Amino acid sequence: MTKNPEDCMYTKEHEWIRVNGKTGTVGITHYAQKQLGDIVFVELPKVGDHFDTNESFGTVESVKAVSEIYCPVAGDVTEINEAVVNSPELLNSDPHGDAWLIEIKIQNPPDLEELMSAEAYDEYIHDEAAE
Amino acid sequence: MTPPLMSDEKIRKARTHVNQNEALIFERSMPGKRGVALPQCDVPEVPPESVFDQKALRAAIDDFPEVSEVDVVRHFTRLSTWNYAIDLGMYPLGSCTMKYNPKINEVVARYEGFAQSHPYLPEVLCQGNLKIQHMLGECLKEITGMDALSLQPAAGAQGELTGILIIRAYLQSRGNPRKKILIPDSAHGTNPSSAAIAGYQVENIKSGEQGCVDVSALRDAVTEDVAALMLTNPNTLGVYERDLLAIVDILHSKGGLVYMDGANMNALLGVARPGDNGVDVMHLNLHKTFSTPHGGGGPGAGPVAVKSHLEPFLPHPTVEMDASGTYSYNFKRPLSVGRVRSFYGNFGMLVRALAYILTNGPGGLKQTSEDAVLNANYIRSQLKGIYDLPFDQPSLHEVVFSDHLQNKYGVTTMEIAKRLMDYGFHPPTVYFPLIVHGALMIEPTESESLEELDLFVEAMKAIAEESATNPDLVKKAPHNTRVHKLDEVAAARNPVLRWKPKKT
Repeated sequence: MTKNPEDCMYTKEHEWIRVNGKTGTVGITHYAQKQLGDIVFVELPKVGDHFDTNESFGTVESVKAVSEIYCPVAGDVTEINEAVVNSPELLNSDPHGDAWLIEIKIQNPPDLEELMSAEAYDEYIHDEAAE
Repeated sequence: MTPPLMSDEKIRKARTHVNQNEALIFERSMPGKRGVALPQCDVPEVPPESVFDQKALRAAIDDFPEVSEVDVVRHFTRLSTWNYAIDLGMYPLGSCTMKYNPKINEVVARYEGFAQSHPYLPEVLCQGNLKIQHMLGECLKEITGMDALSLQPAAGAQGELTGILIIRAYLQSRGNPRKKILIPDSAHGTNPSSAAIAGYQVENIKSGEQGCVDVSALRDAVTEDVAALMLTNPNTLGVYERDLLAIVDILHSKGGLVYMDGANMNALLGVARPGDNGVDVMHLNLHKTFSTPHGGGGPGAGPVAVKSHLEPFLPHPTVEMDASGTYSYNFKRPLSVGRVRSFYGNFGMLVRALAYILTNGPGGLKQTSEDAVLNANYIRSQLKGIYDLPFDQPSLHEVVFSDHLQNKYGVTTMEIAKRLMDYGFHPPTVYFPLIVHGALMIEPTESESLEELDLFVEAMKAIAEESATNPDLVKKAPHNTRVHKLDEVAAARNPVLRWKPKKT
């Protein structure tokens, strides 16, 4: 099992956010891509769109299912990763790196405290897998 | 003495006939071939560009197939033999209710008066057609316990959208259309899309441990902003929402409405009426519950039924009967959400659905539901322990297993589904509902006999056995089908959607 990077915060819906000053890049976790299987389509929002915490900002489609992706904390989209739209398979090969999805300007930094650390997330998915 | 055939030696077919691997109609083209020979033109030929405006002219179509009549007939007849259909065997596609389409429906729908009547016929000349619609409406009202309905929507999702538009119009008429629609996480994917298209925000409600709506979570979520809850009942796990009355009360106490997705109404005929339980609006899928063809066999029909407070908002026209027994269309409905479908819906399907209802009668309809429930529970009991049951409780018309027990051999739901084709069955619905990991959703319907169910159970047991003893056999399935395992990922990432001429 690939280790979840410790420089990210995690959601129960299997998104990660890597904070860099006032902005953060958002993606889906290794566990999420593994559950989805081969990803064939990614739909992302436009730069400038605003999302609330836990609001759906896009979709990821695999051969099994279409899943929504939720914004870990509220903010405005400052950049999107076109590369992952053009090559959805990146999400399977490098979900925590090259396959970041969007960058947001974090509206309210204390919101981040609601998220899980890598360690807490490890435990969370361990419990979920055991169910 | 001839040596025995080695087990790994393939028995070779003498020769594969062309119909085992049919080319595209484009690839069968031969320059100059044609299906008809027209007689000499008996009027002078006029070049189109000399009489039509440039805008009305179309460029010639390149590479249009040139084939003879027999080529066309054989091509499509061969393709038709590749099909899998409910007329060939069990089609246990959960949630889709692939029940047998009785042939008497087809006979009745083909009567000249029904099949050939033009939608612009004056009402006085098509009283029979109007009577069919009126009578079907009355039957559906009796079955659902609702007060009024429209037969117009073309299928279930359009029925949902119409229902939500009715809710919006009703709330708007009372001053505030509200903002949100609540939808359980086990819902059909069409529910959130219908709500979004009608201009509402969608909020998910998590299912409780039993797979039903968590009433306390619902109570917390229902505010004055909530327009309605969209509830599938029985839900996609095939389980009846036992707290329905409490759920209805929670919504109504805050001025919200309850929309019931009636896609699974085939479990409730003659047993429970949503209208009696406080549901405000619902749709029915005539192509599921009332046996009209679907899945490539014909258009759907998704009537939407409402309680009296929503009646003024139904699509127009509605079919009405006056005191003298004369039928007419009523277009004068000022509060109506408008038309949702040209003419009067998929009329041929309405004829078939009424034929099904009248053929069965009230007792027969009740029995179809009871048989559907019995069949699903038979499969549940036969496969329990062999396949994992994430929600282990008696269900109604369908049963959801998972691939959990097969995962330890590296075998997944998709592979089990494909292996089932080798045994001659259509695969069940897979990976839905989303709340079950690796879901295998099986709905036998009332159409299957005990013998057919046993064949299916035997095939599923054999696949479970193979998963443990020879997982590769399952993982590489199907083996007995016309084409073998397809590369779905490549197909989804680089779809080839149409034939293109080879560049030479």
